[in-house]
Amino acid sequence: MAKNTVALVDCNSFYASCEKVFNPHLANKPVGILSNNDGIIVALSDELKQLGISRGNAAFKIDKRLIREHGIKLFSSNYTLYGDMSARVMNTLSMFTPDLEIYSIDEAFLSLTGFEHLNLTDYGRQIKRTVRQHTGLPVSVGIGSTKTLAKIASRFAKKHNFAEGVFDISDHPDKDKILRWVEVEHIWGVGRQYAKMLRRNGITNAYELTQVPDNWLQKKMTIVGLRLVKELRGISCVDLEMDIKPKKEIVSSKSFGSTVTELQDLLEATSDYCSVAVKKLRSENQVASLIIVFLSTNRFKNEPQYANYAKARLPLPSGYTPDFIRAANRILKKIYRPGYKYKKVGVMLADIVHQSKAPLDFFQPTYLDDHRKIIMDCMDDINEKMGSHRIAYASAGIKKPWQMRRKNLTPSYTTSWEHIPVVKAI
Amino acid sequence: MSIKNNKSKRSIDGTITNIFHYKNHSPLSRPLLGNEVPAGFPSPAQDYIEENLDLNEYLIAHPSATYFVKVEGYSMIDAGIYPEDILIVDRAVEPSHKKIVIAIVDGELTVKRLYNKSGKWFLTPENPEFEPLEITRDINFHIWGVVIYSIHKMR
Repeated sequence: MAKNTVALVDCNSFYASCEKVFNPHLANKPVGILSNNDGIIVALSDELKQLGISRGNAAFKIDKRLIREHGIKLFSSNYTLYGDMSARVMNTLSMFTPDLEIYSIDEAFLSLTGFEHLNLTDYGRQIKRTVRQHTGLPVSVGIGSTKTLAKIASRFAKKHNFAEGVFDISDHPDKDKILRWVEVEHIWGVGRQYAKMLRRNGITNAYELTQVPDNWLQKKMTIVGLRLVKELRGISCVDLEMDIKPKKEIVSSKSFGSTVTELQDLLEATSDYCSVAVKKLRSENQVASLIIVFLSTNRFKNEPQYANYAKARLPLPSGYTPDFIRAANRILKKIYRPGYKYKKVGVMLADIVHQSKAPLDFFQPTYLDDHRKIIMDCMDDINEKMGSHRIAYASAGIKKPWQMRRKNLTPSYTTSWEHIPVVKAI
Repeated sequence: MSIKNNKSKRSIDGTITNIFHYKNHSPLSRPLLGNEVPAGFPSPAQDYIEENLDLNEYLIAHPSATYFVKVEGYSMIDAGIYPEDILIVDRAVEPSHKKIVIAIVDGELTVKRLYNKSGKWFLTPENPEFEPLEITRDINFHIWGVVIYSIHKMR
């Protein structure tokens, strides 16, 4: 069998690191990034971790004295910035391999098969250095003969200072020792339930898992689990996915910044989310025919609770935002009950097909061949050229009092002329 | 708008020369020659039109490593860098002697010319009213990127 080589490149504390690139004051400072509505910490720098704070902590529960003493900085999530920086990282990585799988906003698998004549650890260091120079972001590089081993190598590179952020597990004389170091909970693809089951059966680390017979694995963890263990043994079973799969559903939903009680506000929010979702649909050249609207109160509060959803089917698949706004508003009026404090409303588009596969109709023009598509394309063009909300739907409201809270939002340093960093010539 | 090339003649470019596939959206491209006429005799020039001039292509060699920053202050006016100018910063270019750089000094982004004089490194202003800063060990210092162009609006 041909030998495979895969590298996993993973940005260290990605969101916090992005903030640090454009705000050098923050270097070596504890930095945390907050969820939508600034509720909980979703990402944090090593310095903040060392103060005993972890992901999922509520921001308001952090001791004010701790914040003052250590100069902790908490920011709202600036997804515009993180998205742009992610694209820069991925673009930079594509210099190093013809086959790249973007696995998440801050991770990518690089196929290095055929690169084995190089010293791969050196190559990894070069990748790390280049990404750091071009983007300012620190990354870790893990190299192995399968994706699962590359994941483990990357974790090892992060946790061991001597690796300096780059580790090639294939190059290590005692691979089993590394695998023994990996607890089952930390193996890529082993969920919490499987981890518990494995521990009950006396399997605590990745090495022990590789020693389990195949038939037991397949019985207890299905073929997916067996594949995972084969990967640990160095047999590649999970290929790189270079093509982006078209979406089967598109969801747009956010929690409100404050509780919302009025139907009018809910209608506005629903229209707004509709326009976001349908724009995404169009950007992938797709049309949809099913829309689902859901709403709910805050289940963490001791208040009267209500949650509901309903769906509507369009006569023909469409990419025309007003078609969906109209349907969504009809649904919402049906499921809305006055007297509740709502926390969230959302829309989901389903039954999505590519425009070229949309069914035709004998009696009426489809979205693709009438004015609706022309209007949408024109609107998308204008918004792309002149700013994303230049043309918007009045039904989505102007003031949008229901909008989520983002009090500590940093500027869009790389995507807006008004927000580019200022350098001092003094 | 004038575009000044701040590239120093002696310096060597960065080691990275290739970036594969980058999709370039250029809303500001202008046609090189006249377009087709709507009716009547076709323009004799139309066969010679090759492509539109693309400022991005001209100014930006490493899109994923290029950032824009805005200038505040007068210390670089003799290098042609004025307040409110927008600098194009290419982080893929290696900083070296005489390059204009964005440096981080004590947590602040600052623009200066990097200068090497008998083994010592300096951040030098280009305005006699300002003093050069020697880069010593006790200064918290990093190079953030190398300035390759300045965009200056004529007033």
